[in-house]
Amino acid sequence: MTDHALADHFREPVDDHGVKIAVRDLDFYYGDFHALTGIDIDIRERGVTAFIGPSGCGKSTFLRCLNRMNDLIPGTRVDGTITLDGEDIYGEGVDPVDLRRRVGMIFQQPNPFPMTIYDNVAFGPRLHGVKKKGELDEIVQKSLERANLWKEVKDIMDRNGLSLSGGQQQRLCIARVLAVEPDVMLMDEPCSAIDPTSVQKIEDLMAELKDRITIIIVTHNMQQAARVSDETAFFLQERMGEAAELVEFGRTAEIFTSPQDRRTEDYITGRFG
Amino acid sequence: MDKRLSNAIALGFLWVAGITTVVVLAAVIIYVLVNGIGQMTPEFIFTRPHGVNAEGGIGPTIVSTVYVTALAMLIVTPVAILAAVYLAEYAVQGRLVRIIRFAADTLASVPSIVMGLFGLALFVEALGFDFSMLSAALALGFLMLPIVMRTTEEAIRAVPKYIRWGSYGLGASKWQTVSRTVLPAAMPRILTGIILATGRAVGETAVVIYTMGQAINVPITPMDSGRPMTVHLYLLAMEGINLPAAYGTALLLMAMILFFNLTARWLLRRSRRIR
Repeated sequence: MTDHALADHFREPVDDHGVKIAVRDLDFYYGDFHALTGIDIDIRERGVTAFIGPSGCGKSTFLRCLNRMNDLIPGTRVDGTITLDGEDIYGEGVDPVDLRRRVGMIFQQPNPFPMTIYDNVAFGPRLHGVKKKGELDEIVQKSLERANLWKEVKDIMDRNGLSLSGGQQQRLCIARVLAVEPDVMLMDEPCSAIDPTSVQKIEDLMAELKDRITIIIVTHNMQQAARVSDETAFFLQERMGEAAELVEFGRTAEIFTSPQDRRTEDYITGRFG
Repeated sequence: MDKRLSNAIALGFLWVAGITTVVVLAAVIIYVLVNGIGQMTPEFIFTRPHGVNAEGGIGPTIVSTVYVTALAMLIVTPVAILAAVYLAEYAVQGRLVRIIRFAADTLASVPSIVMGLFGLALFVEALGFDFSMLSAALALGFLMLPIVMRTTEEAIRAVPKYIRWGSYGLGASKWQTVSRTVLPAAMPRILTGIILATGRAVGETAVVIYTMGQAINVPITPMDSGRPMTVHLYLLAMEGINLPAAYGTALLLMAMILFFNLTARWLLRRSRRIR
């Protein structure tokens, strides 16, 4: 694709929204291994931000800092601050369990629970105390509709979630996250384990959802980043064993057509990675 | 030696070993089947033994066996599962956990007659439960506990990480994750462990002979004594009272254990299909 054709491909730039997540001087360690260094980034509210970079560049690690999923790995440590709506998410008195309700997550491997489709979507609301059948029914239907899955599953709600196709499973996982009404949805390579038709559906879905929630997607697929995102961040680990850093961050159109950093340009033009 | 020749010899040994296993198994089953099948009447299964040579049926012993096994299962399952959840999910993986795991594995291989003796000393004598379903169930529980605990622990560990992540990602606490996703996902394999332990308990003789008594009762309360099928079989055969009835009892026992094992296999296979 030529640069010009690529540029045509981009969506209209979004209006300037406020900053949803602000990261300042973030360093991250797995035990002794210094994985990320000096990350500064402002994620805008509503809209899609893409994290790109070669494998092992720390983009997924950084993503998991944003809902404190890394807390589950023993021996990890975070320096610096991350604020969500101005509140430090690593501050004292912040319960990661409450945080993860506000910052939902979609994983590379679709991971429906081994239970019915209905129970998968109702799982989150039930966790947070919704008990009435009518209310649950409504949440389940609305969430599945927003995930563009309702029509396909409305007659098979009591089938096991694992009986769906890979792409459907991923949309089920999205519905499951939407059911707890998060402000932010983190997507860690959500399309790398599913077929191309389903990828299209999920990308369309992101375009619909971004008016309501802030989406951050990690992808190794640059065309995908170009198609779906408003802003793009490029991460790079220069040498094995060194901490990865954020090389460049900006409007997706600018990153892909006129990158400021030589390394970004090399990556985007396919010279490495 | 010629490569092809050594290959043929190895194959020959493997084949003989395999066939030996099958033949031994088949011999046992066929022998018991041939000798016991004639006894399989409703009268044999449902009525009481009577007369000096224990003619008639073995009904009360079946009831005793089922009673004590069910009671043991009820006692063991919650303890074993909670212990396994603690070991697999909560305990800091270190020396203490290794010791507990080693203790469980050792407990599983303690000769059952030792367990019976211990049950006699502790439950029958010291705690005063006397020869009873309760004493026998508790002693059997010692036997089943490590089996259920270890299979449950393995089942919990086998639940894929990303299922847990999904749950944490929705804002579930650790206990919510364990109780609402991990345990349900592990349930088929946990059930398999319980069923296998149950099969073991049904066939157990040494433990119950010391703790349940020998009276031919239909037990009603947990404090009643009784005679399980295995002990009945032992007495009939050892004292040469009634060999046909002994074979009949053996056949029924084997059928029950086969049933448990087949159920376990079926559950496992069904859970694999879902994955």
